[in-house]
Amino acid sequence: MDFFTLANLSYLISAALFIFGLKRLQSPATARSGNVMAAVGMTIAIVVTLLETDFANWQMILVGGVIGALIGSVSARAVEMTAMPQMVGIFNGFGGGASALVAISEFLRLLGPEHVMTNDSGVSIVLGTLIGGVTFSGSMIAFAKLQNLMTGAPVTWPLQKSLNSLLLLAVIGLGGYLVFFDQANLTVFLVIIGLALVLGVTSVIPIGGADMPVVISLLNSYSGLAAAAAGFVVDSRVLIIAGSLVGASGLILTNIMCVGMNRSLANVLFGAVGTADVVAGSVGAGAAAGQVRDVQAEEAAMILAYANSVIFVPGYGMAVAQAQHAVRELADVLKERGVDVKYAIHPVAGRMPGHMNVLLAEANVPYDELYDMDEINHAFKTTTVAVVIGANDVVNPAARHDTTSPLYGMPILDVDESEHIIVLKRSMRAGFAGVENELFFHPKTMMLFGDAKDSVQKMVTGAKTA
Amino acid sequence: MPEALLNNLYIFVLAMFTGFEVITKVPPLLHTPLMSGSNAISGISVVGALIITAEVAGNNLILWLGVIAVAMGMINVAGGFLVTDRMLEMFKKKPAAGGEK
Repeated sequence: MDFFTLANLSYLISAALFIFGLKRLQSPATARSGNVMAAVGMTIAIVVTLLETDFANWQMILVGGVIGALIGSVSARAVEMTAMPQMVGIFNGFGGGASALVAISEFLRLLGPEHVMTNDSGVSIVLGTLIGGVTFSGSMIAFAKLQNLMTGAPVTWPLQKSLNSLLLLAVIGLGGYLVFFDQANLTVFLVIIGLALVLGVTSVIPIGGADMPVVISLLNSYSGLAAAAAGFVVDSRVLIIAGSLVGASGLILTNIMCVGMNRSLANVLFGAVGTADVVAGSVGAGAAAGQVRDVQAEEAAMILAYANSVIFVPGYGMAVAQAQHAVRELADVLKERGVDVKYAIHPVAGRMPGHMNVLLAEANVPYDELYDMDEINHAFKTTTVAVVIGANDVVNPAARHDTTSPLYGMPILDVDESEHIIVLKRSMRAGFAGVENELFFHPKTMMLFGDAKDSVQKMVTGAKTA
Repeated sequence: MPEALLNNLYIFVLAMFTGFEVITKVPPLLHTPLMSGSNAISGISVVGALIITAEVAGNNLILWLGVIAVAMGMINVAGGFLVTDRMLEMFKKKPAAGGEK
């Protein structure tokens, strides 16, 4: 067997390891080993490529690789769990950027003497540049929003959607021209790169913080598709397989997030994601008449301490307040008193898919206490207290019955069916200006105002002495 | 259509289906690790970057772009797998003895 065949078989093993690795993510018991398998697959692919190819400038490439690996590992070790959404966001961007650069380099190579760009490699190059470029700049904007380097609120301007569609059409049009009529036109290619980067910015910038789970998932998918496109560019099967696996994964997550928000994928793709934040101002006209009942932490602790069952409903507010450790402490105290404690996780709670699960896992909450919406919604009826910590839209009953609400039709956690509801929130106004939640005015609801971490810690003290 | 492209299209479509089948069964509990782990896999473009950089000798621009691509891809690969491992390490079951009553 020659080395070429051997190398190709090794790539096949890599691809198989990626699939096995992803398959092992189906259960938390096997997930960690699955991740290791995928990492082994990646190592094989990289090592085989290094052995297979003759590098004229291997020193520089080695330095680049080592610098990248160092940056990656140091930031992976240092990042706070609460900062995970922006971390995933920026990694997406680097993956997309790398794929775009592969496509760009191939174009530049084909510009050289004795080379001609064939139609099919041209199409791959344009697609790789477009998807990779959009992933790169879009992810940087998502990162900036999540890291609070820029406003998390939607940034909108007139004719935004038309402009985005126009940009996309322009890239496709110019790409077609480049591939079929003017293969060696560097200027057109540079314009395509520029437009792709602009498109990434303009399609992510109008999206509000609460809609980030959709965007992060979509960018995740794009980063995979960009890698697959790069695979077509350099004619590498392992790139195509790995890229399409990630593309599929991101699309599935995007779809789950869309269902969790009752938005169609088309609605997201054509840039209407931000608009709901604006419309949301009209929510809850009926609720305005209701009274808000507030409660002190001590009294709330008492109610919890004498409850039979408690369900915690965490939201982004818990992440902001870094309250997850205090929540687990409260749960421990309650469990010691014989209270049945569960956690209800809405699919779009937080800023990325599974955000709440990671935070609670970090706080040592066993994962068998974490329940998905579908698993737990029937349990609220028989629950003494539902404690909502920094969640809002995902518990708004208007989604079930108010046809005028922009939330109407969105699946929610039925906290209003439990006997008592305690809502932890900073204030009635802060954060969600204009968005009213009729749950806060519900006769069964008690509002516990203040910083979530602070409030929960007071409740821990209260519950201990109750 | 050239045969190589056709073969690649077959691989692309079949791998997408495989991805859908395998990943649909991942529980929401693990969606973040799924995302960061699959993200690390998309760092496979580092292999593409290596291939393309090796193909050109003497073109400095392409060499530099290639080196940047390798660095970006490696950030993605190393960071992605490590951070996923860190997360998955935290997911623990309820200890058999504790918890109840």
